[in-house]
Amino acid sequence: MAPPLVTNESLMHLGDLWFPTLAEKAMGGVDLLYWGIFWVSVGLGAAIFGVAVYLGMKYRRGSAAARPESEHQGMAMEVAWTVIPLVLVLSVFVWSFLDHLRSVVPPADAYEVRVLGKKWFWQFEYPQAGVTAINDLVVPVNRNIKLNMSSEDVIHSFFLPNFRRKKDVLPNRTTSLWFHADREGKYQIFCAEYCGDGHSVMLGNLLVVSQEAFDQYLAKASATSDEPLPQLGKKLYQSKACFTCHTVDGSAGTGPSLLGLYGKKRRFADGSSLDADENYLRESLLVPAARVVQGFQPVMPTYQGLLKEREITAMIEYLKGLK
Amino acid sequence: MSHHPDPNASYLESPAGFWPWLKSWLFTLDHKRIGILYFLGIVFSFGLGGFFAMVIRIELLRPHGLMLTHTQYNQVFTLHGAVMVFLFIIPSIPATIGNFVLPLLLGAKDVAFPRLNLLSFYIYLLGAVLAIFSLFSGAVDTGWTFYTPYSTQTGTAVISMTLAAFVLGFSSILTGINFIVTIHKLRAPGMGWFRIPLFAWATYATSIIQILATPVLAITLVLLILERTLGLGIFDPALGGDPVLFQHFFWFYSHPAVYIMILPAMGVMSEIITTHAQKDIFGYRFVAFSSIAIAVISFLVWGHHMYVSGQSLYANMIFSVLTLLVAIPSAIKVFNWVATLYGGHIHWRVPFLYAMGFIFLFLIGGFTGIILALLSLDVHLHDTYFIVAHFHYVMVGGTVMAFVGALHHWWPKMFGRMYSENWARVAFVLVFLGFNLTFFVQFILGSKGMPRRYHNYLDQFQPLHAFSTFGSWVLGLGFIVMTVYLIHSAFRGKKAPANPWESRTLEWQTASPPTTGNFEGTPTVTGGPYDYPRAGAAAGRNGRPE
Ligand code: HEC
Ligand SMILES: [Cu+2]
Ligand SMILES: [Cu+2]
Repeated sequence: MAPPLVTNESLMHLGDLWFPTLAEKAMGGVDLLYWGIFWVSVGLGAAIFGVAVYLGMKYRRGSAAARPESEHQGMAMEVAWTVIPLVLVLSVFVWSFLDHLRSVVPPADAYEVRVLGKKWFWQFEYPQAGVTAINDLVVPVNRNIKLNMSSEDVIHSFFLPNFRRKKDVLPNRTTSLWFHADREGKYQIFCAEYCGDGHSVMLGNLLVVSQEAFDQYLAKASATSDEPLPQLGKKLYQSKACFTCHTVDGSAGTGPSLLGLYGKKRRFADGSSLDADENYLRESLLVPAARVVQGFQPVMPTYQGLLKEREITAMIEYLKGLK
Repeated sequence: MSHHPDPNASYLESPAGFWPWLKSWLFTLDHKRIGILYFLGIVFSFGLGGFFAMVIRIELLRPHGLMLTHTQYNQVFTLHGAVMVFLFIIPSIPATIGNFVLPLLLGAKDVAFPRLNLLSFYIYLLGAVLAIFSLFSGAVDTGWTFYTPYSTQTGTAVISMTLAAFVLGFSSILTGINFIVTIHKLRAPGMGWFRIPLFAWATYATSIIQILATPVLAITLVLLILERTLGLGIFDPALGGDPVLFQHFFWFYSHPAVYIMILPAMGVMSEIITTHAQKDIFGYRFVAFSSIAIAVISFLVWGHHMYVSGQSLYANMIFSVLTLLVAIPSAIKVFNWVATLYGGHIHWRVPFLYAMGFIFLFLIGGFTGIILALLSLDVHLHDTYFIVAHFHYVMVGGTVMAFVGALHHWWPKMFGRMYSENWARVAFVLVFLGFNLTFFVQFILGSKGMPRRYHNYLDQFQPLHAFSTFGSWVLGLGFIVMTVYLIHSAFRGKKAPANPWESRTLEWQTASPPTTGNFEGTPTVTGGPYDYPRAGAAAGRNGRPE
């Protein structure tokens, strides 16, 4: 069943002079900052250029205007036009940084969807529901949504103009983008990083629907979908023989147990440490020798080239589910 | 070399007969002639790049294109960018105006290494030939940025185009070395560091960047070529490489390269404004050192091209602050130019019109640059038409306006002839107007979400795209008019006096066109470069007939 659609938001004709309609109120600071800088720039620009034209006319060759006898001492002016712009740019920096911080750090409770960029379409997967969709991303309204993104081939970039967000989608790591739609509707998805012939047709729709409509959509779609990611990961765990070195029950073998790994603090032979996130899991599969877990030997083989991108993400989803 | 030019004859004078004439040009060691050779190459490149630009704009009249396939469109925009950046704008002011004017400004007979100078021209030519060869051998479609892993995987002529950029880089490095040594060693007696004309300061700063940054691009392109030919895994993850590493390398050169483009333009501005306002520059040291400051900071801001590449939040923060700092020395220059006008005797001739045009457009380019340096705004605007509009305002509105202004300023010196002031005004109006019509709407397109490098686009964007295309015709017409009256002037123009603008800098204190030896004897410098007479003396000059 197609989700119940609301209006198709137009980028060009709705919104203000500069921006398309904003679908996430909390991002209002971005537009406001732009407008602020716009008007200050118009004011300053008109003043500077206006003064230039005024002086140019007043002191044009042959004009009667009196010229100063001696050269002006300029130190005070030099200091003023160094310090004032400096203060201005640093203050807009602080504003923009705070907005940026908020917009890139995903909240913990976000609903996660996996995004695969391929030449030249978007594939969306809902790991819990085992649903896969092409180019149409359906999400519930008023929920934090986090997209975990990677590419099967070259670099793409996931761009949501109505949410003022964009993030590159890379072939060798997971990047993420989160947003929160507070209005139902249909919004444009663009690929913003040049990726070859089909770049300009690598479009998608973000469909923001009510929670009920969303649940219905998933229920309907899961009946017919591909094998869900965690299930595929579980199969691979067997078929790629991870069990020869690892367990999923908490007991260590040649390698550490993978139970509850995701989010756990890892300590490494070289003394460094980090919390196991998606990129760490990916790195463990592709470049296991990059970080060797304390107390183990660097014997794990690399799976670079042995696992397709979708299989890597399936493996990651499977590992994340081991709690 | 058989032909030994007479040092006291015009540098344009050649021995009789076609072959001796040709030889006297192709083997010349005269910086002025090398400047003219570059000028021809650069004008040709501008024409080629401009042709591609027109094709792009026409193709974008309709949301689904008019005549090209996706691949062809991608090739055309790549070639437009690559030709304009590597063959035109990077060498434009330094290699033509710099070569011609710099030794004259310093009161020197030539650059420090005339043979090296000729060599760098031939390297430029080789690079240009390679680039043009690549057009016919499966024109490259990666964008001028050659991002991996796309550039490792595509079937088009990536290698010949990157090789061209590699070769062109050496030309740029050699010119940089030549200019630095020239400025250090060949200044006329009495010309201390703070008596150097500001164009030379700007050239000095540019040369530093050329020497330090270009090798990084060269290495990057070699690595890319090795990856494509030998399958060495450096950038392509399929081979175990990291594509984002390429972006770091690439922008480590290409951001400073932006200042290779704009710093000489700023130098030109200082010369045009002081001459046509008959006024000493306001804040000489501030203008001079701001060039150096821009050169230094330019090496530390490359990450602003990568805010959405997955680079860490801390890196984003630092790159954002550093990028904003570049605004300060740029602003200092603009303020000092405007202040210079105070109390001057401004003659609104064509070079001055271009200077005013530069200030107007550079203000817009600069303010939008601040917007793009800011994290929250750049995330939205990155890779959209807003970027396209911004860098055209800086590169065309800044560098090209300054280049054309410089051409009109030094034309009488270069060719010994005047051009039609009226036609030049017409061309200025067309170029200025056409430029704004073409590019201003692209700011709106971009902030509304229109991504760049799109062959097809949503129907709703069509009116603005069509508007932009009409604008580009006005712009193109402006350049055609300019070409016509300049060619006419070169052959038929009124003979120029030695110093038509009553300038104080040294290049005007010799014949137009200069003699092969530049000056009769060595000029001695006793004051600053812009010591125009002040109020009392100047009053008498006002009514003086020309
Ligand atoms: C030959 C034995 C071996 C095989 C087969 C193997 N691993 Fe490993 N693995 C190890 C060892 C030893 C370590 C710990 C040392 C290190 O970090 O390299 C490890 C570490 C890991 C880690 C990081 C664990 C932590 O606690 O930080 C993950 C995740 C992982 N392996 C997943 C897998 C998956 C998935 C497979 C199958 C596709 C697999 N491994 C196959 C030996 C193996
Ligand atoms: Cu794309
Ligand atoms: Cu840059």
